[in-house]
Parts: sequence; structure tokens; C-alpha cells
Amino acid sequence: MKDISEDIKWAKINKDVLRSMESPRMGYWVSVAVCLFMLAFAVGAEIYQYNVGMGPANLNVPHMWDLYIATFIFWIGMSHSGTLLSAILHIIGADWRKPIYRFAEAMTTFTLMTAGLFPIIHIGRLWNMYWVLPYFSDRGIWPNFRSPLVWDAFAISTYLTSSALFLFVGMIPDLAICRDNARGWRKKLYTMLSLGWRGDDRQWRHFRKTYMIMACFLIPLAVSVHSIVSSDFAVSIMPGWHVTTFPPYFVAGALYSGCAAIITLFILLRYYFRFEEYMTLSIMEKVCKLTFAIAMVWTYLNIIEFSSVWYGHDAVAKELLLSKFYGPYAPYFWAMIFFGSVLPFTLCFRSLRRNLKAMMVISIGLNIGMWLERWMIVTPTLSLSYHPFSFDVMWPSWVQWFIVFGSFGWFGLLFLVFVKVFPSVSMYEVKEMILHRRHLANKGIAEVMHRRSSDKQPDSGTPGLEGA
Amino acid sequence: MSLSNLLGDWSKYRKTHEEGGFHDYEHMWGMVIDLNKCIGCNACSVACYAENNLPVVGKEKFEKGQAMHWLRIERYWDEPDLGESRVSEYQHHGASYVPMMCQQCNAATCEPVCPVAATYHTPDGLNAQVYNRCIGSRYCSNNCPYRLRYFNFYSYYEDAWPAPLHMQLNPDLSVRDKGVMEKCTFCVQRIRTVKDKAKMDDRPVMDGEIQTACMQTCPTTAIKFGDMLNLHSPEKAQPTDVSQLWRKHQVELGKHTQNKQNKDLRGYRIHEGLNTDPCVMFLERVREV
Repeated sequence: MKDISEDIKWAKINKDVLRSMESPRMGYWVSVAVCLFMLAFAVGAEIYQYNVGMGPANLNVPHMWDLYIATFIFWIGMSHSGTLLSAILHIIGADWRKPIYRFAEAMTTFTLMTAGLFPIIHIGRLWNMYWVLPYFSDRGIWPNFRSPLVWDAFAISTYLTSSALFLFVGMIPDLAICRDNARGWRKKLYTMLSLGWRGDDRQWRHFRKTYMIMACFLIPLAVSVHSIVSSDFAVSIMPGWHVTTFPPYFVAGALYSGCAAIITLFILLRYYFRFEEYMTLSIMEKVCKLTFAIAMVWTYLNIIEFSSVWYGHDAVAKELLLSKFYGPYAPYFWAMIFFGSVLPFTLCFRSLRRNLKAMMVISIGLNIGMWLERWMIVTPTLSLSYHPFSFDVMWPSWVQWFIVFGSFGWFGLLFLVFVKVFPSVSMYEVKEMILHRRHLANKGIAEVMHRRSSDKQPDSGTPGLEGA
Repeated sequence: MSLSNLLGDWSKYRKTHEEGGFHDYEHMWGMVIDLNKCIGCNACSVACYAENNLPVVGKEKFEKGQAMHWLRIERYWDEPDLGESRVSEYQHHGASYVPMMCQQCNAATCEPVCPVAATYHTPDGLNAQVYNRCIGSRYCSNNCPYRLRYFNFYSYYEDAWPAPLHMQLNPDLSVRDKGVMEKCTFCVQRIRTVKDKAKMDDRPVMDGEIQTACMQTCPTTAIKFGDMLNLHSPEKAQPTDVSQLWRKHQVELGKHTQNKQNKDLRGYRIHEGLNTDPCVMFLERVREV
């Protein structure tokens, strides 16, 4: 089974992708309306919370953080797979990523834009949010650089900037194609954004270098961002949070939920934009296998965490672990284990991996599991920590649920705007991929393409070189 | 990085625990709470409400856990069946009371995590909270093992003191608005007043000169407040002074386990093993079994 057919013509690729950006049809507007409706819930709840205070969210003395922080980690986590696909797989040369990395990269940027809202929503005096940034002030007051929340502010803003830039830079050759095919305001927009791209040799060389350097920069950044988010918990002294394995655990969970989200969006885009020829089932299978591998890493790290608590003889941490197993939050905990560690085994079956309807349900299930994971990190610790007097079980109020619900609408809205304004499949990289595959199909050409200058030069007149 | 550097004694760089705050203290305010004397009457809590402009949040919010009691009386009961022969089916002893206010930890876990440094350590050994700087990220409360930090979940100043009750507000400190964390300050406004007065009289602050609201109100004198260092008049120290009581019960600051020669000494600090180094010593309640 091939990842992509080698016979697709360049013009057809352009046509198919540009078609996806044409005037939207009814289904698109319905999706926009649904997203706006969801967003309205969040906006309404946030206005209420802003005016009244954090009280209506049902937060209380042990439960100072709840769904806001859990959902914040969830969205931050989802952003990681875009970088995985576009940067890590780019560097290791896995070319099957090429038709699907663009929307994954867009997802990175938009999930970060969603995640970034949650710390703002959750703090008590959000109009003073900027105090966590080290700006020069007359009073000479600086943020507390020892606090993980300040590290968060740096990490997330850096990651958002870099991933948005990476998305943009990778899109420049495609924007030039759009520019050449657009009229009206789109023409103006793409002319501005394509930065005078003509596609000459010098531009391509600079482009390749820039893209590679940015990819190299982004990988450690992505890993560090979620490690820093994990240090919000790992740096504290609370049982269940003060865990050394949290940084890798968070990164694994992040890649996991991101890959599951890629599967969901893959299926939606493939269906709505008729991208069957580019987003093939073979690529789908590869993403599923990747997801399965990451799911197993995540499961392994879970077991590590539980067993290190179990053998650690810290009575409080152990009690907390047991309360996760059969305490008030046990149903959610076991649901997390089911969705996170059992459900991915469905990815072992080839027939299921190739069944898009089933994969849609499974991928959403995996993400439900990952959301529950974040909730189960934040809340049980708060409900049961050191001081027996403050043991408490709290159920989040409608304000929290509305804002969490609405955040999906916000993300959907950003993504919907993106797919109509920018090409959601990378045209030039698909062409590149097809070109490589064509060459690989011919052994003689493969030798030419993959030779280094130090290798023995092939004889001139190798058959098949005419098209290269 | 030379070889000698690599082979050198690295243990000298290792600190046993975080020594937070200042190290050149002029005072170190501390407390001793005798649980033998505490009768759980809640007068200290009421005094705290009056002194520190704490809002009364009402029944519903209290049940939700959104109360603002800086000083709370915690009640603990014997569990009827602990599987031990000495514990019978019903409770002989009634509740045990523990008055809990901010423990003013020397290595406070709330301090390093605040993103805007709204909570910090003063040269008095107090764990101060700057309301104006607080942005309400609530990390400090999450990282407090005692859960003694309270958050203004609502704006109370309009409802909690309907006229003419607003006339009873203490003018020495502010009324906090929504979105701000707050906690026991050891009545910092009283400390401030006495220190200012002493400065004007050009003399050091005497031990016992400052009374916190809870100490002043306690009918059984279970709560004692004072300077643990007592640098200024050590020769005048009374055996009931806080500094002397700490010494007598062989509880020392800066330790996570106390090395007591006499096991009958009742002094202990809560969650001491977490290395928070609190400044409140409790004297264990002695009961007949």
C-alpha cells in the first residue's frame, strides 16, 4: 500500500488544495455557527465570573485549581504533536508526514491560543495578568523568577511565537501559489504574506536552511514547554504532584493527545475537503501506529509513577494513590485508564485502523481519556493532601463546565477560519514527496538522488534521469 | 571544571533544606498554643474576624468551603473503632481542638511559588502577604500543606458589612476585594503600632508588649505570642514567654525532626517533617486513657 500515488499531476495538487479554500458551502457555515454557539457559553460564563469573582466556579479552600488548569494542560498538550509531525519527523526524514503536517502545525498554534486563555480566565484579578511578565516598571518590581508560573508565561509565549512563525515560514511557497491564483482581498493578503516568493534556486536554498534551523529550535522548545508545565506540579510539595517523572510523563501525554487530535482532524479534513488522494489510509495507519507507541510510553510512565509511590513508603502519597483507585474520583480515574491505556489497543487491528468511522470515535475517546488524565492530576491531590481538616470533594459548577465547553468552540472557530484562508495541505511538500517516490521507484535515479559528493559518481546516461 | 574540582568534597555545597527568607532577623515572632488549655470556644476566631475585617460569608458559602476564617478551630474526634482495645465504641473524650492560623513558616512553601512575589518573608520572620500585588493565581494556597490561605472568591465589602456595620471595620488595615489571597498576619498592624511606638520612645520592643487579637481574647490563655529571639531583653525573660517555652520544650527552629532528651515534653510543630519550619509550637493535649 502506497502512502501516495506517484501519478498525481502538479496542477491537480494545486487545484485540489486551492479548491478547499474556495467560498464555503452550507456545511462550513453550520460548523461556524455551532462553534460560535459553543463559544457563547464560555463568554457568558466568563463575563459572569469576571463580575462576581471566582466563587461561582465552586472553587473552595482546598480546591483552588480545578478544570481551568486541567483543561489548560490538555490544550497545551495537544499542541505538541504538531511540532512532532512538522519538526521531529522532518528531521528524521519521515516523508509521510508531508500531506498532514500543515494542519497539525496549525493545530499547534491554535491549541496554544486556546490554552493561553485558561491561566487568564483562572486568575483572580485577570486585569493584572501582565504582572507575571518581567517588564520594566517605575517601581522596580519584578516577577518572582522562582515560580513555575513565571516559567510558564515565558515558555508558552515563546512556544506560541515560534510555532506561529514556523507555521508561517513553512507556508511561504504555498502562499505564493495562492497569490498566483487569487483575486481581490485574497490577492493582497497572499502577496503580502508570500514575501515576494518567486521560487528561484537561491530562495529555496535559504528557505530550506531556515526551515531546518527552526525545526531544530522548536524540538527542544516543545519538550521543555510541557516539562515546565509539569513543574507547576512537580515543584510543589503536594503528594501526587511532587513526582520526579512528571516532565517525561507530561510530554508523553502531550504527544499522545496531540496524535489523537491529529487523527480526528485528519478524518474531518479528508471527508469535507475530499483529500482522499493526499491523506491516504496508509498515512492514517502510520499515524495510528505512532499514537499506539506513544500510548504505550504513557502507560509505562503511569505504571512507573504508581509503583514509585507504592514502594516509596510516603504514607500520604500512598493514601492519595489508593484514593484514586477507590476514592470519590475513582470512576474518572478508571475511565482515564480505560480510555488512555486500554482503548489504544484497538489501534493494533489493521481493519480498525483503516476504518475511518471507528477511528473517529476511538480518537475522540483517546482525547477524553487524556482530558480525564489532566483532571485526575489536578483534583485528587487537592481533595486529599496533608491536612485532614481540609479534605474535601468538590464538583465543578456550570461556570467551569461552560468555559471548558466553549474552549472547544473557540479552537474550532480558529481552525475553521484557517482552513478557508490558508492551504491546509502543503502543496509544495506533497509535490516533493511524489517526486521522491517517483525517483525511488527507479533504482538508477535513487542512486543519483541519494549520492553524496564523496560517493562514486554514476556513469552519465543512467536511464530515467531525464525527468530529474 | 578541573579534576580537583570534580574530585572535591561536593557535600559542602549541599544544603539540608531550604532556608527561606532573611537570615539576619531583628525579631522572630512566634506562638505557643497549649492544647491542654484550649476549650474550643472559638473566641479567638471571632476576635480575628473583628480585628482583621474578615467577612462573614454566610451558611451556603461556608458549606462550600469558601469561608474566610484566618483562625479556625479544627475539631478531631476519636474514631470509635480503630481496632485498638483502649478505644471503645463511643467517644470518651469528646472532640480535640486545634486552633490553626498561618504557621508563618520560615521555609514557607507558599513563597517561592507566587509568580508575582506577593508573599515574601519580612525581617520579623513573618510570612507577609501583599494584597495589592496579588493577582490571585492561588498557587500559594495549593502549595500550603496546612491549607491556611484563604481566597476572596467574592467581593464582600458591599454585603458583609451593611450600614451601620461598616463603622466597626478596623481602620488599621484594608478590606480586601475579590481575587486576592489572604491569611493570618499575626496581627501585623498591632506589631507595627507597637514597633512604631517603641521607636518613638527610642527603646527596643519589649517581649509581651504585643498582643494578637486571638491571644488577647483567649479565656484560658491557651495562646501565647512573642519574640522567639528575644535579643533585646533576654535577662528579663519570664518562664512563660514564648522564647522560654520553646527552649523548655526543646523545640528548635530550622529542624525537621526534634531531638528531645525528655520524651514527656509536649511541644511539637505540625507537619514539621515537610521542612516548612513553622513558627507555631503546639503543646500536646494530655489525656487519661
